[in-house]
Amino acid sequence: MVTSKNTKTFKGGIHPDLDPYLTGNKEYFKISPPDKVRIPLQQHIGAPAKPLVKVGDTVTVGQKIAESTGFVSANIHASISGKVTAVKKFPVAIFKQSVCIEITADDTDNNLHTPKKQDWQRLTPDELKNRIIEAGIVGMGGATFPTHVKLSPPDTKKIDIIIANGVECEPYLDTDRYTMCNFPHKVVEGLQILMRILNCRRGIIGIESDTPDAIDVMRKTVANLENIEVLALEVKYPQGAEKQLIYAASGREVPSGGLPMDVGAVVNNVATMSAVYDAATTGKPLIERSLTIVGRCIAKSVNITVPIGMLLSDIVSQLGGFVENPSKIIAGGPMMGEVLYSLDIPVTKGTSGFIFQTQDEAVTFSMGPCIRCGRCVDICPMRICPAQIAQAIEFGNFELAKKLGLADCIKCGSCTYVCPANRELVQLIKFADQQLKKKKGL
Amino acid sequence: MLKQQLLGSTAPHIRTKQSTQEIMWSVSLSLTPVLAFSIYHFGLSALYITFISILSCVAVEAICLKLRGKPISAVYDGSAVLTGILLAFNLPPTVPFWLPIIGAMVAIGIAKQAFGGLGYNIFNPAIAGRCFLLTAWPVEMTSWQVHGVTSATPLAIFKEQGMHQLISQFNSVPELYWNLITGTIGGCIGETSAVLLTIGAIYLLYKKIISWHIPVTYIASLFVLGYFFAGKDSFCSGDPFFYIFSGGVFLGAFYMATDMVTSPLTKKGKILFGFGCGLFTFLIRKFGTYPEGVSYSILLMNTATPIIDRYLVPKKFGINKGAAKPNEA
Repeated sequence: MVTSKNTKTFKGGIHPDLDPYLTGNKEYFKISPPDKVRIPLQQHIGAPAKPLVKVGDTVTVGQKIAESTGFVSANIHASISGKVTAVKKFPVAIFKQSVCIEITADDTDNNLHTPKKQDWQRLTPDELKNRIIEAGIVGMGGATFPTHVKLSPPDTKKIDIIIANGVECEPYLDTDRYTMCNFPHKVVEGLQILMRILNCRRGIIGIESDTPDAIDVMRKTVANLENIEVLALEVKYPQGAEKQLIYAASGREVPSGGLPMDVGAVVNNVATMSAVYDAATTGKPLIERSLTIVGRCIAKSVNITVPIGMLLSDIVSQLGGFVENPSKIIAGGPMMGEVLYSLDIPVTKGTSGFIFQTQDEAVTFSMGPCIRCGRCVDICPMRICPAQIAQAIEFGNFELAKKLGLADCIKCGSCTYVCPANRELVQLIKFADQQLKKKKGL
Repeated sequence: MLKQQLLGSTAPHIRTKQSTQEIMWSVSLSLTPVLAFSIYHFGLSALYITFISILSCVAVEAICLKLRGKPISAVYDGSAVLTGILLAFNLPPTVPFWLPIIGAMVAIGIAKQAFGGLGYNIFNPAIAGRCFLLTAWPVEMTSWQVHGVTSATPLAIFKEQGMHQLISQFNSVPELYWNLITGTIGGCIGETSAVLLTIGAIYLLYKKIISWHIPVTYIASLFVLGYFFAGKDSFCSGDPFFYIFSGGVFLGAFYMATDMVTSPLTKKGKILFGFGCGLFTFLIRKFGTYPEGVSYSILLMNTATPIIDRYLVPKKFGINKGAAKPNEA
């Protein structure tokens, strides 16, 4: 049994008041392949991919349908077999449209045929990395940073620790536990593959102590491996944030404005590790992912595995629809997720879940004046002063906001969560960030 | 599939349940035992004064909000009620009925609303009100009576006649301490009972509405300074327990200095703030003409809050000594 005494963590952070009905382990529900998928060309940070197919083409599952257009970009593959019925802009999130390749299923074989399993230990680091690039793997925790970029540090940076992120990035989500409990070998071998690519001798799997089953399974899996360790971490948000996880696992602080590689660390989500394993052994591209569907107003709160590009409306109807009208639909978690205005939104490589809130849960707030209680300062995991920064932004003084550490904000939303005056702290910070980016662009 | 329109908002989509209103009402609630005791100890006049004070604070707040064109519903946040309670608690129980009304005008009208209302005031409104009254009506503000009998505060006796006289008045040192802790002494309405104020403060600490930083450093620094320097005879001859249990230290440390709006944001800042309050209280008591120094010390430290907030900020993540430089391997 894991106790909270010997668990590690970072400084700051929150223990949000959660709805017990929505937390905890979810059942797995098998989703059957949809008739139609809409695969966005931009599912990653960086340049959008370039389409290789046009309307009317027939594609088979696993076929590359769009290719990477730069170093920070990623390939995209067909997640079902069928006919390309549209290559145009579709809504992919609120206020966001992206060019999608729409594939409508026909009666061709929808099973992915991959080459025979290969022993990845026979492949060179470069061959392994090429397989990851070819498979279009990006960070599946939600940040969607192309994985191969993390695996190509400059020669001056020596990576000596790779961390598998098994911390559920947000409350209510249950996909990382699902991946670890069901594919522990894939996670561990994926981690070993990354260690081989980076010539790194030490691997850590960080898991929060509220998922003891995942910790047990992973500990058993790494029992005979000397250089991989499973770390139980305290349950606290945002433990799954990269910089906080590195600190919790190794005591290293990523420098302000720096990257994990500056402290010799690389972090990847456990689902990414599993995808790396598949790509390295069979060449299977990233065409499906696991995610959590959760809410009081939906018939079932479950973990599912779906093809990339499957529309949320298809998922909801397979799950049995709504038992009550939802008031708010969130892609991602309750702390950082984005709201949706429609169900016709595709699952992307970075979608870790959907949350459905009822009218009672989806309360709206009116912002009061700051009473300077200092809670946002106490809990800020980056140790900046959100209250002061937000005030500077309200006065339009972006320079002061920058001086106070605007750029260090990881936008975890903890400050807004704890604010008794319901101040939109992280929202103001995001606003200033956007304004500054716009200014730079001009 | 969707029968109604969806709500849109930016993350986070869950919020803590503790609101500004809850904070203000909880602080007021935690002061009810103190009020009950002071009614028992000082008589019904304590209740009248408190009632008038609360009523006039709420009225002044509502009028100011109206004049400023703000929604009057903001009075329900409870901050004006709390100011009313604290203002009354800082008045002698025998003051004329119009004194708290004027106090409320200064506290809410000038110290709070003229600066922009809740969250924007520089000075603790209740203390600003009290200090104004103390300066303008010094006689009314320093006449102490318990059940119709004039009785100077222990601090005044200590200041004017010394510790020996004080002990002889209370028969013995343990009896003096007992009276100081339970509060059966002369003083302002809400400042005498150290034990009930502490119980209220423990409730607030438990609810995480106040933190230990200000009260503990305030009381501790006063304790140490009192021990070393407060004695009339020589160095280290002071009575630190008398020093902290007398006057308005407990009311000031737990309820006035911890006012969120006028105290620093950060933990480090709060520690410095508490120490500064202790230091100024000591200096005023030792060298000033007033026997008591809590209100003025807090008011002084209120002015220091912006500069403390400017310099005593937490070290950002990633600029600690242990952290590597972005350009180093």
